[in-house]
Amino acid sequence: MNKISIKGLSVRFGDKAALRDVNLDVYEHEILSVIGPANSGKSTLLLCLNRMVDRIYGSRVDGKLLLDGQNVYSIEDVEELRRRVGIVFAVPIPLPMTIRENILFGPKLKGRLKRSEADHLVESSLKAAFLWDEVKDRLETFALRLSGGQQQRLCIARTLALKPEIIMFDEPCSGLDPISTAKVEEALKELKKSYTMIFVTNNTKQAARIGDRTAFLLMGELIEIDRTQTIFTVPSNKKTEEYVTGRFG
Amino acid sequence: MDRFISKLLFLAACSSTAILALIALFIFKEGLPIMAKTGIGHFILGKEWAPLSGQFGIYAFIIGSLWVTIGALIFGVPLGVSCAVFLAEFAPPKWVGVLKPAIELLAGIPSVVYGFLGVMWLAPIIREHLGGPGLSILAASIVLAIMILPTIVSVSIDAIQAVPKSYKEGSLALGATAWQSTWRVILPAAKSGILAGVILGMGRAVGETMAVIMISGNATTIPHSPLDSVRTLTANIAIEMGYAVGDHRQALFATGVVLFFFIMILNTVALKFARRKF
Repeated sequence: MNKISIKGLSVRFGDKAALRDVNLDVYEHEILSVIGPANSGKSTLLLCLNRMVDRIYGSRVDGKLLLDGQNVYSIEDVEELRRRVGIVFAVPIPLPMTIRENILFGPKLKGRLKRSEADHLVESSLKAAFLWDEVKDRLETFALRLSGGQQQRLCIARTLALKPEIIMFDEPCSGLDPISTAKVEEALKELKKSYTMIFVTNNTKQAARIGDRTAFLLMGELIEIDRTQTIFTVPSNKKTEEYVTGRFG
Repeated sequence: MDRFISKLLFLAACSSTAILALIALFIFKEGLPIMAKTGIGHFILGKEWAPLSGQFGIYAFIIGSLWVTIGALIFGVPLGVSCAVFLAEFAPPKWVGVLKPAIELLAGIPSVVYGFLGVMWLAPIIREHLGGPGLSILAASIVLAIMILPTIVSVSIDAIQAVPKSYKEGSLALGATAWQSTWRVILPAAKSGILAGVILGMGRAVGETMAVIMISGNATTIPHSPLDSVRTLTANIAIEMGYAVGDHRQALFATGVVLFFFIMILNTVALKFARRKF
């Protein structure tokens, strides 16, 4: 089933085109990897889906973005949309507060939580992000004290606490060491059972490990989208082949 | 050459510190004897200031300084911080370019002009509508509040703009509105910077003399309401220095000593608050 369907999406920043006529669907409960060299429009694609792109000065979005059949650009409650479509950024940005407060920040925006509900939410979110065992004894520590990998998993946990339908990852491991990366990837594989995920990365090996399907973007255009195995073994486009085999990019 | 310059800089650093130390030393040397003579307790808590009959109690002036400063902060801080939040977070960049310099221009107006405006315009309004002599704590507080606005606004704007943009992005991505992001993330993160601005403003309010002399009424009695006249520590020195000799002169220096500690205590307390993070 199509969770997201993108039809003829074009994005411009001033007179510079970031995305050109992109058409793709994201199925429910899949991980879609999005690969491509820098400036190929991967992040822009994500920013459109939660309308963060609205905040960028001079941005202009054309085309259709459907979430469960509803046009994202006709949604009035943008905040609610952002709760449904969570995002984890490239650089982990814990908010300047404790671990516990970071997790509860999003849920508390909607109203007060009972102590027991809050405790449960903190524990379940941290467990799902594979961080619970490392921080369960120091939930009141300032989140910026955590290591980079822990911070990124905290950001994932924070997004999970919103109970989103879709989680988008924008190169979540770009600043992490291999061990932290492995932990984040492990968390992602577990999450697939309950969420639809879009995973942007410029690490093709990672895309191959994680994605059910993979989309290849180049210079703002969608070159190819197919099952990950197909993309990495018998891509139909020559540019895709060149990119995944490391001949350019 | 490098060594020469570093020595020169060292010398400059030493001399500026030395000048400060000398000033402090001089004030203390001149002021302490009279404090010892009347007794520190009597000097600070004495309610009678009658230099001609040898009564040197500056309690009323301490209360006066305290009232006027607190009043200035009550009016100035909410106004200044809101203004900074608006300019740093919500105003279109073009407005900021015009409004920020305009506010900073307020700092360039000499204090005697503020005082004059207060006397000619603010004091009569207070006298007519609220009663009392007009020249009062309230009038002084309002004038001082306006005088410390530029400090509070410009330091707060810098503090808010120094908060990483990514905090706001992160907060928005979690479904917070722009205002929720500002209130729950940006302001707490900028708290210590904003407080630094408030401290600077407070320092200016405590030390301001000209405008305060003109508009606070300078009564040497202890005020009972915001509409009463007061004299501040700074005003006391400035008003009487022209004709003070002997013990009286020393008592004015001693007022300076008290002012010195007054500002130090205020700064320490404020810094304590500023550092109290999470």
